Amino acid sequence: MAGGTAQDNGTQGDTYKEVRDWLLAPAWVTLIVLVLLPVLLMLVYSFLTKEFRGGVIWEFSFAAYEQFFCDRGLFGDEPCAIEWTYINIFWRSIWQAGLATILSLLIGFPTAYFIATRPAHVRPLWVFLITIPYWVNLLIRTVSMRFMLREEGPINNALMWSGLIDNPLQMINTNFAVQIGLFYSYLPFMVLPIYAAVERYNFTLSEAASDLYASKWTTLRRIVLPAVRPGVIAGCILVFVPSLGAFLAPDLLGGAKNFMIGSLIEEQFKGNAGNWPFGAAASMILLTLVLVILTLYARQQARPDKGAR
Amino acid sequence: MSQDSTNAIDVRQAVKRYGDFTALKTISLSIHDNEFFTLLGPSGCGKTTLLRMIGGFEDVTEGEIFLYGQEIESLPPNKRPVNTVFQNYALFPHMNVLDNVSFGLEMLGKSKPEARQRAGEILELVQLSDFAARKPAQLSGGQQQRVALARALAPQPKVLLLDEPLSALDLKLRKAMQLELKHLQRETGITFIFVTHDQDEALTMSDRIAVMSAGELQQLGDARDIYEKPANRFVADFIGETNLIDVTIKSQDGQRALCEFPNGLTLTCDARAGLEDGQTGHMSIRPERMKLHAAQVNPENFTGRVVENVYAGTHVQSILHLKDDMKLTVRTQNSDLGNSMVFEPGTEVFVDVERGAARLMAH
Ligand SMILES: Nc1ncnc2c1ncn2[C@@H]1O[C@H](COP(=O)(O)OP(=O)(O)OP(=O)(O)O)[C@@H](O)[C@H]1O
Ligand SMILES: [Mg+2]
Repeated sequence: MAGGTAQDNGTQGDTYKEVRDWLLAPAWVTLIVLVLLPVLLMLVYSFLTKEFRGGVIWEFSFAAYEQFFCDRGLFGDEPCAIEWTYINIFWRSIWQAGLATILSLLIGFPTAYFIATRPAHVRPLWVFLITIPYWVNLLIRTVSMRFMLREEGPINNALMWSGLIDNPLQMINTNFAVQIGLFYSYLPFMVLPIYAAVERYNFTLSEAASDLYASKWTTLRRIVLPAVRPGVIAGCILVFVPSLGAFLAPDLLGGAKNFMIGSLIEEQFKGNAGNWPFGAAASMILLTLVLVILTLYARQQARPDKGAR
Repeated sequence: MSQDSTNAIDVRQAVKRYGDFTALKTISLSIHDNEFFTLLGPSGCGKTTLLRMIGGFEDVTEGEIFLYGQEIESLPPNKRPVNTVFQNYALFPHMNVLDNVSFGLEMLGKSKPEARQRAGEILELVQLSDFAARKPAQLSGGQQQRVALARALAPQPKVLLLDEPLSALDLKLRKAMQLELKHLQRETGITFIFVTHDQDEALTMSDRIAVMSAGELQQLGDARDIYEKPANRFVADFIGETNLIDVTIKSQDGQRALCEFPNGLTLTCDARAGLEDGQTGHMSIRPERMKLHAAQVNPENFTGRVVENVYAGTHVQSILHLKDDMKLTVRTQNSDLGNSMVFEPGTEVFVDVERGAARLMAH
């Protein structure tokens, strides 16, 4: 890759190439130290044997993956049947993350559109306002969301006071709370890319559509959305991927029965009860899943007839 | 409302203000059915603003706009039987040419096959049938321009608005498109309202021209009116090339006025209402309406010295200095006859102004 494909002919080209390679060095170092090495480490760990009080024994083993996929009965001596426990957790996590992404999109798109259509000089202010809550640590935000959703929390109190309900709603420790938590955690990742796309959108196209008898809704659907699609997709990926691996929101808001992959992995590395190789294996499976989804998407994007309609 | 419903557009005392900036100051004009009408004026004079008010993209601060006798102020753009060719074309980048052109027809409720068939016919009209499957980004500027035109014509609007549609094209293509547009207007019978800041374009294409400046209508008339009988100094100066001279009225006999130039030379011309003896006005003399002679041919001829001759293909432009170095430009046709009336720099010559060529204006 670093070699490049430019026509490096003669000494001048060589010097140019040398300088360029040096300039790329920081990017390579970052990529290797911060991305490749940790992933490789996890990959190696996932094939090691677990040590009982956390940590690993340097001995090759498939045990972690077997534990994930194989059910060998109570005593571990039966032939391998499919183990559903973890697959179900994965499936539920994908489902939760998908819902959170849709919720973020439904709220984030109008928000981004609103900001992008304000006069140019107030837009930075709106973006600033959107990002203010995110200056506070995610843990603290999630805890305060727990406080808001409690039975005696402000939301229930307000609803009771207004007479809309007689008994407090059970919001905490539900799927709903996890959704709210994930939505609240990652909303700006949806808003900002869409905002950037809408801001670059040429609104004369909307005028042209309107001139050609399209209603506001049709204009949005047929003209605006296709034009800002890259921003929408970037936003969805940026919300979906971290939601999939999230553990704070499911832990603090969802309670025991709304367990997600993130929590599963987190538990393996916490305290003495953990199982590092199993946590590493679950991480590798999650990573593979995300890569497969992104690759499928990229494939579909690259199809030449795409978007012709 | 007792509006004349045979007019395509009636603009009645329309005013447009942005905050405390007035972009249009009380404009009234009527555009006839089936007319090629041009809004002409320098940049920033409010042409686009007026066009956008007719299209429904800007609201009218004061006044009214009628379309075939119907008040349209309350209608949004998608309810007005008016289509626009946008200055930068605004083609939908993700749709191919055929889908761009059939979009409006589909929105009007035509079935997809029907809309496509009609779009195909329109594409044939603008000679783009071979490009139907291409995306706008795969077309040249001139082709994009024709797609924009086809897209706006396809729904058969009552009025077509064109905002400087040719300004991005090179000269040769622009000339060709001018004729093509004119033919299309004749063929379709649709009223065209065409915006340009290019006076040549306006003169060659239009049935009538509205000259605007600083948010005001300066003159409305056909090309000949505007060129030969400019209403004021601005129009005379903006349309074509001219010699503008500040003059003082010495005397008038009702028909003709005797005007004095700042350097004391005098010339008679048609009198203008509103100018009394002793008052000052402006005189416009087109360079091609004067001839140079070696000897005096008329008692009103004045003398001058040729300073420079500029060869410009179809004609030769001679710069003269009259008395007190007053500058005058004279244009001579590049023909055998014309060239016999071009004199070497330094030569003293007589300038003969054609009768009726000097136009006196109050403002
Ligand atoms: N949205 C707006 N807010 C404030 N002023 C505006 C707005 N739109 C136009 N103007 C002003 O109104 C005046 C007329 O603008 P308009 O676009 O109609 O000019 P134009 O004659 O079309 O010029 P050009 O030939 O450059 O396109 C200009 O001075 C412009 O600055
Ligand atoms: Mg304009």
